Amino acid sequence: MTRQMTGAKMVVQALRDQGVDVVFGYPGGAVLPIYDEIFQQNDIRHILVRHEQGAVHAAEGYARSTGRPGVVLVTSGPGATNAVTGLTDALMDSIPLVVLTGQVPTFMIGNDAFQEADTVGITRPCTKHNWLVSDTRNLSDIIHQAFHVATSGRPGPVLIDIPKDVQFASADYTPPQKARVSHYQPQRKGDIEAITDLVAAIEKAKRPIFYTGGGVINSGPAASQLLRELVEATGIPITSTLMGLGAYPASGKHWLGMLGMHGLYEANMAMHGCDLMINIGARFDDRITGRLDAFSPDSIKAHIDIDPSSINKVVKTDIPIVGDIAHVLEDLLKIWKARGRKTNREAIARWWERIEEWRKVDCLSFKQQGPTIKPQYALSRLEALTRGRDRYICTEVGQHQMWAAQYLGFEDPNRWMTSGGLGTMGYGFPASIGVQIAHPDALVINVAGEASWLMNMQEMGTAVQYRLPVKQFILNNERLGMVRQWQELLHGERYSSSWSEALPDFVKLAEAFGAKGILCRDPADLDDAIMEMLDHDGPVIFDCLVEKHENCFPMIPSGEPHNKMLLGEASTRDAIKEGGAVLV
Amino acid sequence: MSPLKIKKGSSRHSAYNLRPQFSDEQERHTLAVIVDNEPGVLARVIGLFSGRGYNIESLTVAEVDHTGHMSRITIVTTGTPQVIEQIKAQLGRIVPVHEVHDLTVEGPSVERELALLKVASEGDRRVEALRLADIFRAKVVDSTLGSFTFEITGAPEKIDAFADLMRPLGLREMARTGVAAMSRGA
Repeated sequence: MTRQMTGAKMVVQALRDQGVDVVFGYPGGAVLPIYDEIFQQNDIRHILVRHEQGAVHAAEGYARSTGRPGVVLVTSGPGATNAVTGLTDALMDSIPLVVLTGQVPTFMIGNDAFQEADTVGITRPCTKHNWLVSDTRNLSDIIHQAFHVATSGRPGPVLIDIPKDVQFASADYTPPQKARVSHYQPQRKGDIEAITDLVAAIEKAKRPIFYTGGGVINSGPAASQLLRELVEATGIPITSTLMGLGAYPASGKHWLGMLGMHGLYEANMAMHGCDLMINIGARFDDRITGRLDAFSPDSIKAHIDIDPSSINKVVKTDIPIVGDIAHVLEDLLKIWKARGRKTNREAIARWWERIEEWRKVDCLSFKQQGPTIKPQYALSRLEALTRGRDRYICTEVGQHQMWAAQYLGFEDPNRWMTSGGLGTMGYGFPASIGVQIAHPDALVINVAGEASWLMNMQEMGTAVQYRLPVKQFILNNERLGMVRQWQELLHGERYSSSWSEALPDFVKLAEAFGAKGILCRDPADLDDAIMEMLDHDGPVIFDCLVEKHENCFPMIPSGEPHNKMLLGEASTRDAIKEGGAVLV
Repeated sequence: MSPLKIKKGSSRHSAYNLRPQFSDEQERHTLAVIVDNEPGVLARVIGLFSGRGYNIESLTVAEVDHTGHMSRITIVTTGTPQVIEQIKAQLGRIVPVHEVHDLTVEGPSVERELALLKVASEGDRRVEALRLADIFRAKVVDSTLGSFTFEITGAPEKIDAFADLMRPLGLREMARTGVAAMSRGA
């Protein structure tokens, strides 16, 4: 049985058949027929954002916190170009998104029509795949394929550009079951021989370490579960990238904390000194490796990743395993158990002793003294007062992001939404909106800096309109803190354009939008102020005035290896050499 | 025989296994990439090379299976073994790409290129051009009293050599197709 319908109706039907319950978007001329269809149904909820970039980040927040693809609907031209930052962000962090853009009618394409842009051309390098639909007969088929591509293999954003005449024309609807099966079927099972090699290496290793990343979270809850089982059973220490926080619980016995440029001393030293590095779903990003020729010099490196292009891209891998994390870990555990659950227990116990020595450095210690709130203190209190709650954390990008990763503990996957690869300032606030839409009863906090937060502050309108009780926890140092820190270390303390003059009064700003604002400047008031924020049933802007020139430590200076970490102010003089200065 | 029937290589998912040790020597590789013939597919491949800073020495593309709408792209590229492996893996993850074959490592292969050369000269030089064309098995496809246009097919080096000889004899214009390549044997 076939059903005739217009392209616009087909879009809504296909989304419904794909199980979509919410779309983030902004209307415009080239998507009016689709908006008209959305108006006439109740299955799919449309969230009106205030800027298309906000729509994409909100969909990312939705996707990261649920594991389901986020859906975006925007118009042609500026609607599509405003979505580009979010698409690139999602591509870098492997977030599944399906973005629908309107386009001028097919007969006007190429004529520089009003609000025309070459959307598929512009977004080709920042999507996993994209389509320009030239005929309504292909539309539903393409939408189903798009969901398949966005969610299979290494997830990522896809875009479908739909000209207005294609939305008006009618054709037969293709249900998902009848859609053309894509040849795109990435390998999920890992090579058993390679997995056995890894098991043999685990059995012998004296100083092994798990280095996990966002791939574990993308693989789904089963992967995190299997990872926990593997870590507990083998007793091997585990560290994670920024993207992978929560896959293994921060309260877990074997947790070393985050690694990398602003990672923990013990995690980085263990990476440097290990003899077996088991990379699970991470990609040897430059924030992680530091200087490549001195990166973990004495280790055998195993790398489990679903994307073959991640393997041997920057670091040569001795045991490459292409496959889905959950599948590979399941096989790995099975084989390891079948071979007698062996590890080099004495050696690993000695390894832990060394790690405990590094841990004693207590690299995150700080002293809260004087009348000004230290950002580390603010986050420690936020952690203490929200631990154990049904909590989701988003961040913007900069010092506050690193402090949040250091001082907040993540017990479960999909609870931590941050822009890792692209480092998009302005990501966190709209992402928190997407998370709150997906989890209406949860506590959603966006840890922000005042500069990042201003980049998408228009979304206050969205938060208030949909009564989303998102908490905007702004660590306000009136500086672009990370830029300022680098200028201090690299550019002779010449603070070129890295402070904000004419900041708004955030309390009044909140009130102008009809929300609640809280100002806190005294450490003695902090706990009460945080509780006031948590107890308020509605969006809150929390303006936390913090120490203006606090630097983020520990830090691996650019161009240095893991064992050359800076632990505090005293060690910063001439820390970055000429070669490191060109790196970002 | 179907033009798509080329030997199944292992390059799709595990090409890196072929080469555990990486050297820093630049290598020249010929890749055959089977893709859906859909709009934008060539832009995706070229965008990958420019966006990630890979070299393209030559690139040819044409639909080879009209019923299945499949095209074959032949790319000649240079890079260190690690870069070559990256190129293959990156090509493999483009959604409309079905297969990536590295003809340089998957056994012996043949490479051919076609070129048209317009040579304008008179007298002895004109005769010499014709004589050399005969030695290179180049065909005359157009002639006037003052010029010849030669068609030559062969490995890229042979075409280079022929062009070098034609230059002093009045080479005016040259058009080359780029390399088409195929593995030897069934």
